[in-house]
Amino acid sequence: MSGQIEPITGRYVHVEIDGVMHRIYFEENGAGIPLVCLHTAGSDNRQWRHLLCDEGFSRHFRIIAFDMPWHGKSNPPDGADGEYRLTTASYTQAIRAFCAALSLDRPVVMGCSIGGRIVLNLAIDHAREFRALIGLEAADFQQPWYDTEWLDRPDVHGGEVCAALVSGLIAPQSPENTRRETLWGYKQGGPGIFKGDLYFYRVDGDLRGRVRKIDTTICPLYLLTGEYDFSCMPEDTLRTAQNIPGAQVTIMEKLGHFPMSENPAQFRTYIAPVLEQIRQAK
Amino acid sequence: MTDVMEIFTTLPALLDADSKLLRAGRWLSVDCLLGPGDRPFLVSLRAGRITQMSATPKTMPSWRFGYTASPQAWIEYWRPEPKPGWHDLLALTKRGEAHLVGDLHPFMTHLQYFKDLLALPRSAAAGVSA
Repeated sequence: MSGQIEPITGRYVHVEIDGVMHRIYFEENGAGIPLVCLHTAGSDNRQWRHLLCDEGFSRHFRIIAFDMPWHGKSNPPDGADGEYRLTTASYTQAIRAFCAALSLDRPVVMGCSIGGRIVLNLAIDHAREFRALIGLEAADFQQPWYDTEWLDRPDVHGGEVCAALVSGLIAPQSPENTRRETLWGYKQGGPGIFKGDLYFYRVDGDLRGRVRKIDTTICPLYLLTGEYDFSCMPEDTLRTAQNIPGAQVTIMEKLGHFPMSENPAQFRTYIAPVLEQIRQAK
Repeated sequence: MTDVMEIFTTLPALLDADSKLLRAGRWLSVDCLLGPGDRPFLVSLRAGRITQMSATPKTMPSWRFGYTASPQAWIEYWRPEPKPGWHDLLALTKRGEAHLVGDLHPFMTHLQYFKDLLALPRSAAAGVSA
């Protein structure tokens, strides 16, 4: 309908991360339990726009999705001129600093892909700060399936190659429009940013062995993975969960690596019961 | 196997009928190996069109890269609704059903083009068995 205005509001918050001030862009909608959503590597918070607009969720949750530094509308901080490289420590710090800057009281954090991986690290080291943690396409480790050097070199179009690489991670059943929109995010990423995110994913963020420290009685942990995700395969998530007593695993049919953006309606059928369970536990 | 070879021979016509894909390949000219692992085709692409496609073995073939897969992989890749893990060229390489060799630069600069080109038989091959 022409003239329809969505309920999402977008603002900037200044957040000090590792001694450096960042201007972080975030969008939000709803009221209630804070629910912080983390986008995938090389993309931005637009992946969460369908969840943000979902009245069934916004009635009970203050849904917040922020652009990580160097992504979307969160520009690189002043003075940044080196190679961007995400680490377990810097990612963890960014999330905790953002939540603290907004004075969120024990938020739920839901992250996808690298966001799913870092959720595991939050569960390992900072469980008491969170009400519940949700990892989408999350595992303690997964086998690489391409050389990330292709993502950032002047003789290959970065946007095209990033999108083409991840296009196969979308389930074939996902609608064409949402498939295209999901890939658009990858076509718009800054040069070297996807590659810099994958440093965390591939090199620095191997959590094998460490996930045994997760105590789900302190903070519940939900892991949901799409059956068409051949990057973080269902068996990767299941293997991870075997070492975490109490972790609740769901394998999602007809979904891939980007459930919230590639097929929001299908994703809703899986995430609604999880959010309801978290709400009931309040 | 015969089915797979026959389906590959339909690629030039399917590509010629796809204006969007032709546009995506307008800067691409390369000779490459595509097809079943033991009998791939030597495919000449010029400005995004297949100008020549010959069955191998061929005397002194020259090519920059090859993407070859098992006959089963091609059949599964071409299903209208492929199964998880069989639905993408790089999913097939990850599971060891396909192999990528040579100078990958032209393949990577046109990755989506090659994914879409090799998926063109998807509807035509419905129901074909390995």
